[in-house]
Amino acid sequence: MGARILIRGGRVIDPASGIDRVADLLLEGGQVGALGEAAGEGAAVAQVIEARGLWVLPGLIDLHCHLREPGHEYKETVLTGTRAAVAGGFTAVACMPNTVPPNDSAPVTRAILRKAAEAGLARVYPIGCITAGQRGERMAEYADLVAAGCRAFSDDGRPVMDAGVMRRALEYSRHFDVALISHCEDLRLAGDGVAHEGAVATRLGLKPIPAAAEEAMVAREVVLARQTGARVHIAHVSTAGSVALVAAAKAEGLAVTAEATPHHFTLTDDALEGYDTAVKVNPPLRPAADRAAVRRGIAEGVIDAIATDHAPHGTVDKELEFDAAANGMIGLETALPLALRLVADGEVSLSRVVEALTWRPARILGVPGGRLAPGDLADVTLVDPEEEWTVEPERLFSRSRNTPFAGWRLRGRVRATIVGGRVVFRDGAVVAVGP
Amino acid sequence: MAWARKDLLGIAGLDPAEIVEVLDTAATMKDISSREIKKVPVLRGKTVVNLFFEASTRTRVSFEIAEKRLSADAVNVSASGSSVSKGETLLDTARNLQAMNPDIIVLRHSCPGTPAMLAARLPAAVVNAGDGAHEHPTQALLDLFTIRERLGRIAGLTVGIFGDIAHSRVARSDVLALRALGARVLVGGPPGMIPPGIVELGAEVAPRLEAMLPAVDVLIMLRIQLERQGGALFPSAREYATHFGLSADRLRLGRPGLLVMHPGPVNRGVEVAPEVADGPQSLILDQVTSGVAVRMAVLYLLSGVHRAPAAEEGRGGA
Repeated sequence: MGARILIRGGRVIDPASGIDRVADLLLEGGQVGALGEAAGEGAAVAQVIEARGLWVLPGLIDLHCHLREPGHEYKETVLTGTRAAVAGGFTAVACMPNTVPPNDSAPVTRAILRKAAEAGLARVYPIGCITAGQRGERMAEYADLVAAGCRAFSDDGRPVMDAGVMRRALEYSRHFDVALISHCEDLRLAGDGVAHEGAVATRLGLKPIPAAAEEAMVAREVVLARQTGARVHIAHVSTAGSVALVAAAKAEGLAVTAEATPHHFTLTDDALEGYDTAVKVNPPLRPAADRAAVRRGIAEGVIDAIATDHAPHGTVDKELEFDAAANGMIGLETALPLALRLVADGEVSLSRVVEALTWRPARILGVPGGRLAPGDLADVTLVDPEEEWTVEPERLFSRSRNTPFAGWRLRGRVRATIVGGRVVFRDGAVVAVGP
Repeated sequence: MAWARKDLLGIAGLDPAEIVEVLDTAATMKDISSREIKKVPVLRGKTVVNLFFEASTRTRVSFEIAEKRLSADAVNVSASGSSVSKGETLLDTARNLQAMNPDIIVLRHSCPGTPAMLAARLPAAVVNAGDGAHEHPTQALLDLFTIRERLGRIAGLTVGIFGDIAHSRVARSDVLALRALGARVLVGGPPGMIPPGIVELGAEVAPRLEAMLPAVDVLIMLRIQLERQGGALFPSAREYATHFGLSADRLRLGRPGLLVMHPGPVNRGVEVAPEVADGPQSLILDQVTSGVAVRMAVLYLLSGVHRAPAAEEGRGGA
């Protein structure tokens, strides 16, 4: 439990509570104590953080990242991944189960949580496999996994191609009131493609993935959500067609939610020019029209959450021919400033961006946090909205360096990250390690 | 003009003067191949490594003959006989080769962008000998050379390219090269073989062969890659030959002097009927002959020997 901390004079932005004003915020006993002009008055405060000119946000929550442990510790570990998380302002991350072995059994879940407790930085919410071994054949043991600490289920990267299996999994998941997170990709339509099917892939001779590969699966999940009444969360939405399908599902009142990644709302497939494997991602980067639709989706709340899909890789995975290189880029430390570009461009309100990084992911995962009302978790992110900085991959906290944003000048920097009332990151340094 | 590029990665980015430079140089090189002693000492002391990581006969042999006719020392490496088959990355293989100081690396690879990846990291000149479905610049240059040799020009011609445009690096390079020198280019084939964005490369889409034939001066028929997509894009070789192949009957829909080309190897009786491939309007074997001359020109220009002061003086006004 953290001691009393007074965060003084910052602009508190908490969309879930409808708050956006300059105020003091008192944290006590690991919870939000009071909020107001004189919140800390009379209290014996252990630490005062002057926050004049800073934004005080509910701790950011990433519902889609890869911590790579167990199995690929050379790419990332729970420790290095949560260091990157808190450096990026994330107080909680949900990690995908495509580890080695995959997180389809309670011992793996418990091992991840033990590592997270040892790291003592961000909260870690493991995501369990939808199917055993991510093989797409037989459901994983959800009761066991939920009891061990899993907060959602996904075969991320290995879409459940068998609609019958997905239907049964959705039906069963209702018993636990958890979301199934679907990586929407029809593998037959995608084939061995590596880039969005369009003019850029044609010019560069890259094997194409049609937008339909994603949209056909989103459509299937919407139909199954209607059939089962279960909670379906669509991962990394990247096409205009997918946004429209999610919008229609929501209009119908189905329990369908969606996320988008900073790279899909920042970059277009033009970034493939030069065959930089850092921009090889799945789903692939799309043309400007799709990017615009994703941005509108975030602005209108059709896309609930911004998720990093932080996917660390080593040079042995990326310094390869384009076809052979692994998919994915790191994203925990660049997500917030990239999201703030949407605000600066006037495309998305600040409140919506904060909500998409806090309250909505908390609701989708069914976890506490994402809000700064009294009694909520004392998870707070302090941001200097004016500070400009240059992305230097070698200075990031992730163990991996696979970012295409090297050299980018970004505005908005995390100044402090507080988890459970403890300052774990401040002024460029991780300041607390261990439970 | 003086050739200033380190590498030849594609037609994209070349300006028309550079393309003409290659064609003009190839014209002087072609003569060497018809002499009794088919060898000149232009690249003596230069080392060329031919890295062919994808099956190829004519392109590999064409480069090798071109290298030998210029007196370069040629070394051949294939994927099955290389350390890549032992798990070494291509980049490490290339770095090791670079440590042996080759002057030019000729690379054929199934993955697009791989020549660019090597070119950015190695001081040796890199020649793209075909990278996936991206580009095959020397094929396009030899196609232009062949057309120009026969018709005297490129500008103002209409050239048709028919077949699997989507998977063809030859089609991409041909479209770019022909457009750069002022030709009109029509592309056609069954719907799944016309990729999105081909118009942005400068081509016009004329899907049906029957409609394309009367409009074109030259028709390039592409190889159907039976081994690659099997029946995925069309039901059978028989159906393709019947509905999309260039038969003698269909050829008569074209202008009398219409020239037929094909980058080879030809699936006889599928995309081109045997009597057309071997007929008087076919330039298929001329293309192969041109290939050696064009590759000699490319190697010569990339080797940098022409940049020696004496050589540059001798080329004044060329």
